[in-house]
Order: sequence, then C-alpha cells, then structure tokens
Amino acid sequence: MKELKVQPIKDGTVIDHITPGNALKVLKILGLLEKQPDSIISIAMNVVGKRGKKDIVKIENRELDPEEVNKIALIAPNATINIIRNYEVVEKRKVTIPDEIIGIVKCANPNCISNTNEPIQPKFIVKSRNPLKIKCFYCDREPEDISSQII
Amino acid sequence: MNFRGRDVVSIRDFTKEEILHILDVAEEMLPIAQGKKKSDLLHGYIMASLFFEPSTRTRLSFETAMKRLGGEVIGFAIPTTTSIQKGESLADTIRTAESYCDVIVMRHPMEGSARMAAEFAEVPIINGGDGAGHHPTQCLLDLFTIRKEKGSIEGNKIALLGDLKYGRTVHSLAYALALFKVDMVFIAPPELQMPKEVVEECKEMGVKIEMKNNLDELEDIDVLYVTRIQKERFPDPEEYKKVAGSYRVDLKLLEKAKDDLIIMHPLPRVDEIAPEVDRTKHAAYFRQTFNGVPVRMALLALVLGEIE
Repeated sequence: MKELKVQPIKDGTVIDHITPGNALKVLKILGLLEKQPDSIISIAMNVVGKRGKKDIVKIENRELDPEEVNKIALIAPNATINIIRNYEVVEKRKVTIPDEIIGIVKCANPNCISNTNEPIQPKFIVKSRNPLKIKCFYCDREPEDISSQII
Repeated sequence: MNFRGRDVVSIRDFTKEEILHILDVAEEMLPIAQGKKKSDLLHGYIMASLFFEPSTRTRLSFETAMKRLGGEVIGFAIPTTTSIQKGESLADTIRTAESYCDVIVMRHPMEGSARMAAEFAEVPIINGGDGAGHHPTQCLLDLFTIRKEKGSIEGNKIALLGDLKYGRTVHSLAYALALFKVDMVFIAPPELQMPKEVVEECKEMGVKIEMKNNLDELEDIDVLYVTRIQKERFPDPEEYKKVAGSYRVDLKLLEKAKDDLIIMHPLPRVDEIAPEVDRTKHAAYFRQTFNGVPVRMALLALVLGEIE
C-alpha cells in the first residue's frame, strides 16, 4: 500500500511553499504550541514539489487569520496559506509583509534599548518590501542581514 | 500648528515648516532668555529633568528655560541617587516621573530610550540625547544659530568637520540642513567620514555634497561646524594625536577664510579649536550655547500648549 508522506487534513490550515529548512522557525514565530499545546501539527521538510524543495506545515482544526500568518513573511516570503474545510481548500492566499514587525527580529545594535530587560518587544517598521528593508522603531538601525536577527 | 502634547524624539519627527515655527517662537523668547523681560508663561507647570548620563549644557539650559518661563523643575543629574540603582527599569522610572510632572526631559545612554519613554508616558518626552542616537534640541539650536548669525539657513555653504561617522547628531544636522537645501562639505579623516547612507540621502534631497579628507582651505565656506574627534575611536594614541592635530582650527587656517565665516561647535571641545580663535569674530560657539535656552523655552511652551 502506498503511504503518503504527509496525510491530508480534514479541517484546518496548510502552510505550503515555506522556504526549505524554515518550517520549525515558522512554528516558533506563530507560537501555536505555546498558545495551544495540544495542537495537532504535522511538518514536512525538504519535500520536492513542482517548484523545487519546500517545507510544509499542517495545522489541524485551526484556521489561522491573515494577520498572524503574515508574521512568517520575513522567513518564508513565498509561503501560501490554504484554509481547509472537509478536505477541500476553501481559501488560498499568499503571505504579505506587514507594516510593522513585532517580536520576531532582534535589533542588531547592542546599545539599543530593545536589547535590554525593559518591558518592550523589538519592533521594526517596514521601509520597503522589495527589496525588504526594515528599521528599528526605537533606534532607527537597519539590519543588514535580517535573517540572522530573527529571534 | 499645534504642538501640544507632542514628543520631541528626533528632528525627523518635524517638517521644515514646523522647524521654522519652533525657530520663530525661539526668536520671540530671546528677551526672556536674556533676563531682560520676565515671564510666567509656564507658571504652575513642572518639568522633570531625568539625566542618566552626564551633561552640562543640555541639562542647565533646559532647567534655565523652564525657570525663565516661571515653571518648576524636579529631577536628577546623577542616577545613582535613585531607584535605578536598585534595578528599576527605565519604563517604570518614566511612569513614576510622569505622575509628578507635566513634561519630561531626558538623557539616557541607550539608543532608542527616548522613543521607548514616549511610548510609556502620557506627558510629552523631550529627548536630550539618547546614546549615539538623536539629540533634536541640539539640532534645533544649531539651526537657530545659523539663521540668527547669517540671516537665513538657505544660501549658505556649510562645512561639517571632525568625527562624522559616529556622531549621529551630525547625521541629524546634515539631514536638517538638507531639508533647507544647504550645500555641504564633509571634512573628516577617511576612517571617520560621513556614512554612505547619510551622503546618499542628502543627495537624494537635492543638495550638493563635497567630501574632503583635509582641512586645507575654507575659502568659500560660510559656516564651519566643528565636532570633537574622540580619542576612544583610535586604538593607537599616536594615531589619534596625528589625526586630531591635522583637524585643528587655528588663526593660521582662518587667514584665508571668508570675512563673515562663523565657527560653531556643540561643545565640549578639547583641542579641535585653538583658544586664540575664541577672540575672533568668527567664534560663534558660545553664542550657540546660549541659544539652547530660547530654543528649549520655545519647545517647552509649545509642547505644553501655552503657545500654538
């Protein structure tokens, strides 16, 4: 009997076309396991698809809203979000980079107030989307390599 | 124009028109700043002056500004006498201070601290310097000085000299001067030259920029803005001496300068301007220091809503 690598889900959300190797980071950014420790989640990494390798995350019984999913745009800019109801894709959309990025990227400036124990989360303002340029809300520093600053 | 309740964190928070309005109000404040006229415009208001880092001019001129307008001042200049010593966060210190005052002026060693304080406080926050970050009131008093000394900001050729790389206040000044379409010359040793982004931004704003490594001639310069070259930027003390020596402004250098050239410096200075220059008509730096008072009076009156 042929066995599927990742089984289809009945209801929930499938995040497809995640940049290979980033599925675990995506989960971390979404914080699903912290919010709902009993979530049923399956992960496939380095799956070969039509457009090359990709990661996939499937979350059962939970429809993610666009705002929470857009947080992953920084590390998975080509990801698509599929909302599944009764095994059917009822909605499909691409992630978009939000105007503000909060709590995902750390400021590269060691002397920035956001790198202390003050009760704030690191916050960045998106200056441009293509190419992606962001600026620390607090100290104005623009990280050169955004991916290396992801928390 | 309504400034009531506004924070003053970075010069970039203001448009050119708003900057000009602040300078106009500062102009009106001059007789009061000089002690020639009495005022109780800010009577009944309290300013908290929270200085987590040493300062002479910024703190004293803010406190003078508030008192000249009839207001009261509370605060500290040495944070070791406060609960910060016990590990209290800046956010909590700000929330405590704001319950005792109407406006907060602060200096803090970390970049972004004033922006964070502004997020927590309901009362206006005026940034008196956040680490190597912004120092908007210095920028405003510099613009005020140029306008007062030269009649206008536009139409001058301004040279910025010294440590242009690390001094973020010079970056803000370059941006502000570019708003006024002022052509600039950046004079610095190669290792301390103005960062590329700042140069590009000024050019995009339509101003001409020249970059030089030597302080050899000042022939066509109207304003020479000198900054301190900090010893700690150089690993080798000998190298520092050599560099600092070649950027020293003295009488010999001024021989070829324009008759009405003015020399500015945010102070404190170390060796970059020879004391003999103080006696020349070019020296504007002590007048510049005084200008901190009317400019800060204007800001206090504007953010407290007593002047529109």
